Amino acid sequence: MSAEFAIEARGLTKQFGKLRAVSALDLKVPKGQIYGFLGPNGSGKSTTIRMLCGLLTPTEGSAVVLGTKIPGNSQKLKPRIGYMTQKFSLFGDMSVQENLRFIAEIYSYPRKDRAQRIDELLSKYDLLAQRRQLAGTMSGGQKQRLALACSVLHRPELLLLDEPTSAVDPQSRRDFWANLFRLAESGTTIMVSTHYMDEAERCHRLAILDRGVKVADGTPQALQQQTGMHIVEVMAENPYAAQAALAGSSEIASVTQLGVRLRVLIPVRHDDPLRLVEDALKASGVSATTALATPSLEDVFVAVTMESEESGQ
Amino acid sequence: MKALSRLNAIIKKEVLQLSRDRLTFGMVFGLPLIQILLFGYAINTDVRNLKTAIANQAGTHLSQQFVAELRASQVVDIIATTATPAGLEELLRRGKISIGVVIPDDFDRRVADNRRAAVHLLVDGSDPTILGVANQLRSMPIAFDSAPPREQRQELIEVRPYYNPERRTPVNIVPGLMGIILMMTMMLFTAVAIVRERERGNLELLINTPLSSAELMIGKVTPYVAIGLLQLAIILGFGQLLFDVPLRGSVIDLYIAGTAFIGANLALGLLISTATHTQFQAMQLTVFILMPSILLSGFMFPFDGMPIVAQYIGEVLPTTHFIRLTRGIMLREASITELMPDFYYLIGFTVVAMAIAAKRFTKRLD
Repeated sequence: MSAEFAIEARGLTKQFGKLRAVSALDLKVPKGQIYGFLGPNGSGKSTTIRMLCGLLTPTEGSAVVLGTKIPGNSQKLKPRIGYMTQKFSLFGDMSVQENLRFIAEIYSYPRKDRAQRIDELLSKYDLLAQRRQLAGTMSGGQKQRLALACSVLHRPELLLLDEPTSAVDPQSRRDFWANLFRLAESGTTIMVSTHYMDEAERCHRLAILDRGVKVADGTPQALQQQTGMHIVEVMAENPYAAQAALAGSSEIASVTQLGVRLRVLIPVRHDDPLRLVEDALKASGVSATTALATPSLEDVFVAVTMESEESGQ
Repeated sequence: MKALSRLNAIIKKEVLQLSRDRLTFGMVFGLPLIQILLFGYAINTDVRNLKTAIANQAGTHLSQQFVAELRASQVVDIIATTATPAGLEELLRRGKISIGVVIPDDFDRRVADNRRAAVHLLVDGSDPTILGVANQLRSMPIAFDSAPPREQRQELIEVRPYYNPERRTPVNIVPGLMGIILMMTMMLFTAVAIVRERERGNLELLINTPLSSAELMIGKVTPYVAIGLLQLAIILGFGQLLFDVPLRGSVIDLYIAGTAFIGANLALGLLISTATHTQFQAMQLTVFILMPSILLSGFMFPFDGMPIVAQYIGEVLPTTHFIRLTRGIMLREASITELMPDFYYLIGFTVVAMAIAAKRFTKRLD
């Protein structure tokens, strides 16, 4: 057991009937960092998080979470972790304050400090005005802030967030991430699953999951440098025709349209990617300008999920 | 200390949510009222094989012949004999028999004399159906084989209805209704309360907290025990107010029996909640158990008159045992110590169902 990691998982596997939801997952989550879990729906993000907090028993493999072995006595772990479910899971027919008080009592938060802690959270998460409002009647952003407030009330060392921003607007998402950075700064380890690239980019470290398999991990910067792809950006008056022209080439790994631009991924084994693209366009008589670009996280995602698709078939 | 605080938290939360849920709250009061009005006024049936005991103080050939004929009628099922009429009354109060047949020592003379009744039927009249059957028995012939038929001045068989001399149906229905209402609400409330949290995702939050399974289960169920006892008071109150249903035994005994029965149903509700995933399923399963409890518990039809298979099913249902307890305590002035087997069954049922529910209710999702 190493003290620098909040989570160390080895060969974590979960089988649901015939479906292998998570397959031989190795993970190392350093303490005090925000660790992102990027992947499409059904890629095994939720299942992994649920295994890590003891909600699901792994079919194979194990993990050490905050020094406690999983599967094992996960009950011992509960007071030290916070968990925010994907779906709003607080009590809709209780007020914001009643929900917070309930959570404080469940976690046996010292009685004399309870009121103060609740006030502190209400102001920190901008819920003072909603204090007496029934939680079920609040907006998505407000619900999400309440859920976060409840999951950190007992000052957990590790916070597990399962797609926390999937139901909120961009402004709420920005505020939410500001709160996460503040928590990480105060020493909380945060594991957050998402399917938003911009959110993944904000994480200190990142693992990309595809159909239960970890296809890449590292810092966002390192991942961007190691895509194994040239990125060519194509500006065309008729991007649809340009896409059709490029789709035929077997040398081109992927073409994605972004408005009037196309983002073309070409394996690094080609020395002159620009030439390759231009030739293909010329052959179809499409006029366009081309330029080399640096890989974005989205390119990384496209590249790695494509690889696993090939090896999977 | 921590466990107590957490337990307290979940109890308070449950009460709070209950007060927000108008439908449930309405059911607590509305359901007993509607049912007491609906069921209180109707229901009638015909039966055979009533459990009967005989005190044959005469022991003569004629009296034995009478007993043989009684047996042959198949209306009664003679399961015991006692030396004295007092013994019959005891069996009647304990609910072991529905009819006691007293054959006095001067039976032969009374038959010959024909001025006084020769046989007394002590009948548990709390169920008018049984009383009706006993009245049919009066037409049975009793005579010396050799003697010529004579004009009858006095019926030879006299029926003495016990416990419900005015023969009113509600007197018998209300104590039974107590069992039906309690069972329906208790079982449904608990089952739905837990399944609802599963449906809304609350359970995923709760099982991720330090709350233990036992704390969660006990905390969720405790408020309903209080509600059940309140319902008991409502049914008892309205039963007396509207239908003049007596409470001859002790209120404390009734509440002891009630608590055991509530426990059995809450355990059953928990069991249902571990077996279902949606509120609708929970409700269906409740109805599934509810129907036999109404039909086979002795609530609608006298238990002795039911087919033997139905009786076996009835014996398994907690409602059957509770109805025996309430009828005994309320109508026959029996003390709970005289009805121990039924009480023990309820306790045993609670323990077993709770144990199975606790085993099935793990703090995991898989």
